[in-house]
Amino acid sequence: MNQPVIDLSPKVSDEIRKTTCYMCACRCGINVHMKEGKVAYIEGNRDHPVNQGVLCAKGSAGIMQHNAPSRLKAPMKRVGPRGSGEFETITWEEAYDIAEGVLRPIRETAPEKLAFFTGRDQSQSFTSLWAQGFGTPNYAAHGGFCSVNMAAAGIYTMGGAFWEFGQPDWDRTKMVMIFGVAEDHDSNPIKMGLGKVKARGAKVYGVNPIRSGYNAVADEWVGITPGTDGLFILSMVHELFKAGKLDLDYLAQFTNAPVLVNGDENSEDFGLLMRDANNKLMVIDRATGKPAAFDAMGVKPDLAGSLREAGVTHRSVFQHMAEKYLDPQYAPEAVAERTGISAERIKRIAAELADVAFNQAIELDREWTDFRGHKHDKMIGRPVSFHAMRGISAHANGFQTCRSLHVLQIILGSVETPGGMRFKPPYPKPPEAHPKPHYGVTPGQALDGPHLGFTHGPDDLALKEDGSPARIDKAFTWENPMSSHGMMHMVISNAHAGNPYKIDTLFMYMANMSWNSSMNTRGVIEMLTDKDDDGNYVIPNIIYSDAYSSEMVAYADLILPDTTYLERHDCISLLDRPICEADAVADAIRWPVVEPDRDVKGFQSALCDLGGRLGLPGFVNEDGSQKYKDYADYITNHIRRPGVGPLAGFRGDGDDHGRGDSNPEQLDRYIENGGFWMEHVPEEAAFYKPWNMDYQDWAVKKSFFDKPMPYLFNLYVEPMRRFQLAAEGVGTRQPPEHLRERIKQTMDPLPIWYSNEDENKADEYPITALTQRPMAMYHSWGSQNAWLRQIHGHNPLYVPQKIWDDNNFAEGDWAKVTSPHGEITVPVALQAALNSNTVWTWNAIGKRKGAWALDEDAPETTKGFLLNHLIHELLPPKGDGLRWANSDPITGQAAWFDLKVRIVKTTAPAESQPNMPPQKSPVGKGPSHLEWKVGK
Amino acid sequence: MTTLPTQTDKKLGLVIDLDTCVGCHACVVSCKGWNTENYGAPLSDQNPYGADPSGTFLNRVHSYEVTPDEGAAMTVHFPKSCLHCEDAPCVTVCPTGASYKRVEDGIVLVNESDCIGCGLCAWACPYGARELDQAEGVMKKCTLCVDRIYNENLPEIDRQPACVRTCPAGARHFGDLGDENSDVSKLVAERGGMDLMPELGTKPVNKYLPPRPKDDQIDILAPFLETVAEEPQGFLGWLDKTLERIG
Repeated sequence: MNQPVIDLSPKVSDEIRKTTCYMCACRCGINVHMKEGKVAYIEGNRDHPVNQGVLCAKGSAGIMQHNAPSRLKAPMKRVGPRGSGEFETITWEEAYDIAEGVLRPIRETAPEKLAFFTGRDQSQSFTSLWAQGFGTPNYAAHGGFCSVNMAAAGIYTMGGAFWEFGQPDWDRTKMVMIFGVAEDHDSNPIKMGLGKVKARGAKVYGVNPIRSGYNAVADEWVGITPGTDGLFILSMVHELFKAGKLDLDYLAQFTNAPVLVNGDENSEDFGLLMRDANNKLMVIDRATGKPAAFDAMGVKPDLAGSLREAGVTHRSVFQHMAEKYLDPQYAPEAVAERTGISAERIKRIAAELADVAFNQAIELDREWTDFRGHKHDKMIGRPVSFHAMRGISAHANGFQTCRSLHVLQIILGSVETPGGMRFKPPYPKPPEAHPKPHYGVTPGQALDGPHLGFTHGPDDLALKEDGSPARIDKAFTWENPMSSHGMMHMVISNAHAGNPYKIDTLFMYMANMSWNSSMNTRGVIEMLTDKDDDGNYVIPNIIYSDAYSSEMVAYADLILPDTTYLERHDCISLLDRPICEADAVADAIRWPVVEPDRDVKGFQSALCDLGGRLGLPGFVNEDGSQKYKDYADYITNHIRRPGVGPLAGFRGDGDDHGRGDSNPEQLDRYIENGGFWMEHVPEEAAFYKPWNMDYQDWAVKKSFFDKPMPYLFNLYVEPMRRFQLAAEGVGTRQPPEHLRERIKQTMDPLPIWYSNEDENKADEYPITALTQRPMAMYHSWGSQNAWLRQIHGHNPLYVPQKIWDDNNFAEGDWAKVTSPHGEITVPVALQAALNSNTVWTWNAIGKRKGAWALDEDAPETTKGFLLNHLIHELLPPKGDGLRWANSDPITGQAAWFDLKVRIVKTTAPAESQPNMPPQKSPVGKGPSHLEWKVGK
Repeated sequence: MTTLPTQTDKKLGLVIDLDTCVGCHACVVSCKGWNTENYGAPLSDQNPYGADPSGTFLNRVHSYEVTPDEGAAMTVHFPKSCLHCEDAPCVTVCPTGASYKRVEDGIVLVNESDCIGCGLCAWACPYGARELDQAEGVMKKCTLCVDRIYNENLPEIDRQPACVRTCPAGARHFGDLGDENSDVSKLVAERGGMDLMPELGTKPVNKYLPPRPKDDQIDILAPFLETVAEEPQGFLGWLDKTLERIG
């Protein structure tokens, strides 16, 4: 046989440059293969802690993003009306002049008139510093419309949540339950983890109305009714209490379950936790039967403790929990219909959790010492673990639902134990270790501290003296007292309404607010283009930075073009949203593996220039000259606290890690090391981190905090009780009357569940409509990617069998979908593996004509659609004369997934509706064919 | 007509775990990225930013729904590429000898210089695993990354197909299915690996591991929980006794 001779060992590339992916927020390590100075191939970096060599579809398609025809080419000044897409190319010098001309007068007179919001920013510790230097209180990134409920519920309850905070112990767990997880965040680690778990034959439960992706491979699918996850979880809590299947030892030692709650109804401290003279939380010591400080040496906190004092009984948190969760309202029979899960099934799942946690416990022969000085000879693990994301957090009951899930994990004793959920350094950190919100404005000066943080009671709210909101997004007000990530989704509507005040300039980065990143897309477009009686725009100035020709570009007056992720410096910092794993602390960089071939600049470098021009504190030297010539200079030389900078690795002379002087060679050392730095958590410190003194001491050495700070998990969240107390009339800082009842109801310091159906008019609009992010796309970015859009170029509305049959739908049909707010007409497709009262579609596939350098007849624009048109930032009127925000009343998280609709078959229109008029593309259109090959 | 070797020294192929594949398309894009740059490159795309984008992909993931008589419908993600059949109809149908099966490892390849783009092989392949590249007019197909698996310019650990190296869920395995002691053969034996459409007699080398039983098909071992208390007072009594016991 004559076989052709082929070259089995071709040269792969000239060079490999290792950096960090930015095709989504997962931040994997990548090997960029270079040929002739160009990017030729991208694969996962095997040494990297996040992805360990693997890479998802987005990551592998990075080359198409880096070379996308939609890349902006130069700074631009708007010349047509807002929204037209008509721009004139200008120089950076002109761009800076325009920006300075707008920003300097604001800073000198009223810094709050700048609203600076940074979208899917991965450099928040830097951008927030800039905003602080400017002096405006109006800064946040996109957490408020993403998953603040998950993050904040985790921090308040146990010092961290999932994703960048923690993960299941994939190597040891014997049962995993995922709630509301599509492709949101921690993309590759979840896939790797599920792969490991399944290879071991351990059971995976997928709780999700939609059986796609991870839920498709789950061994058991729980197709829950959207918005009822909290009820399902609390029903399992009910079952576990009823059966006494609780880790009593763990609860007594490591949580506030034994802490006494003030039971004196006449006291101003009613319902607050009791403290001793040294301000230590008080428990009953089981050894003596007497009250004692929770952390005193040798004390044995009594879960059943109570204290009788002056005719009043103060009972432990645990007693309150038993009372609350044994209530028949949480019995499986009582919740079955609402959740769509049979009582038998709820009982069985609770029994399985208990069986795995207690009958299949893990024991590691590792000694450790807790903060009471008690030595443990073993590490005992409860090998059930959980992961959850947007599906449970993007509801108006999301905060309490996320809290419920954390409480479930804690009563099983699984958090921070082998086989359970593990924190990733620098977490866990108690809520007290985070800043409180700052909003003190002085013209011409820096803000009085960091913008975002955690409130612990009414005194921490960002209110002006007259009680009005200090922030444009009304974060940290009585409407949403614990809005730790700010509320980006409210900025434009509040600014347009001049409520709480008017602003002058909206400055945004990487946030597609005129399209998929806003509720009520059409309304937002109108607000961005609305003019006052004098013919001036109601929002006078809009500055925007993006790397690509997104829909939002057309609405800005000034465009600062960003680079692609392969052309820029970045740091994935421990000060920000780190990339650590449970067994390792790590941070990473991006660096320009190629230089931009356009007149563009990393946004952070542009902020260094602008900060210098404006003379912002922290951005200028003593002589007033610009302090950082670019972002790389900042990354290397900025000092946040003594010895602590943006990057923890290779400090000082290059051998200091965690703390040390700045090192001019630091970025080179990162590049040599593969783009990241990593150090393993010592074995004896690997579990029980909040209470383990070996971990605490190591964490101080590594700079996560400045002194050990062991703490108890907060089953009972006292700050919530403080807000509730105020609503009951205690204290001088009082909520407005119309919010009093709601605060009393929702701010329960123990997790509760409440329905949002009435507010969303479920009686008239009975079907829930959801979105999911496809695994091969990241928000709006994927559609400009020639390879990825061939995978997800369409987004039908998926309809379950029952609704399909009821409407006599057939393949190729279209439907009119109506919500209390709006109407869309879209293609439908049948999906049987779907909750019978839920419809859904892929997120952000629909595009506006003229954006992203796509042809105007691209399927994304003709058949693609957004559900956003059906969702309003305010709830439908309920007749009380007020408009209530479509947000969680605790955190302000946008309640995307509370959307209720009606659906009816309709004749197919020429295009999905509504279909907006085209924007002019500032970058032209992409080529008509590709034969992509870089090397010879 | 082209002849197949009577036997091959090895039977290199993929084992794809349908129990674990989450349908993320990582393998699809990694394959595209490697193969548009190496053996058989480029893989072209037509209308990449237009109305009906279509390009050459050597590996694609399909999703199917399975609705059992009783119980919930299931979603199965099904990655599909050339199965490197022992009795490959795409080879025997080739009029020019461009399609061939390698004697040393059984990989089915196209010698592009001999390919006339007639499309007979795509018609003969029952799996739809071949793609005619619209720009070059020649047939493209999975090469099992023949330019990676022996490539001395790659670290040994990376000498595997791009799709296997990148698969985040670990659902793809590569090895010699002719060697019953290989890891992949053992995996196939352990998990009941299956041929795709065995009735056609193509004897595919690639194997699929079937999804494990799901939902109500699972044998439930854990009994319901026993109640210790129905209401708070009883619970406190139980708690007290239990705390006494554990000290």
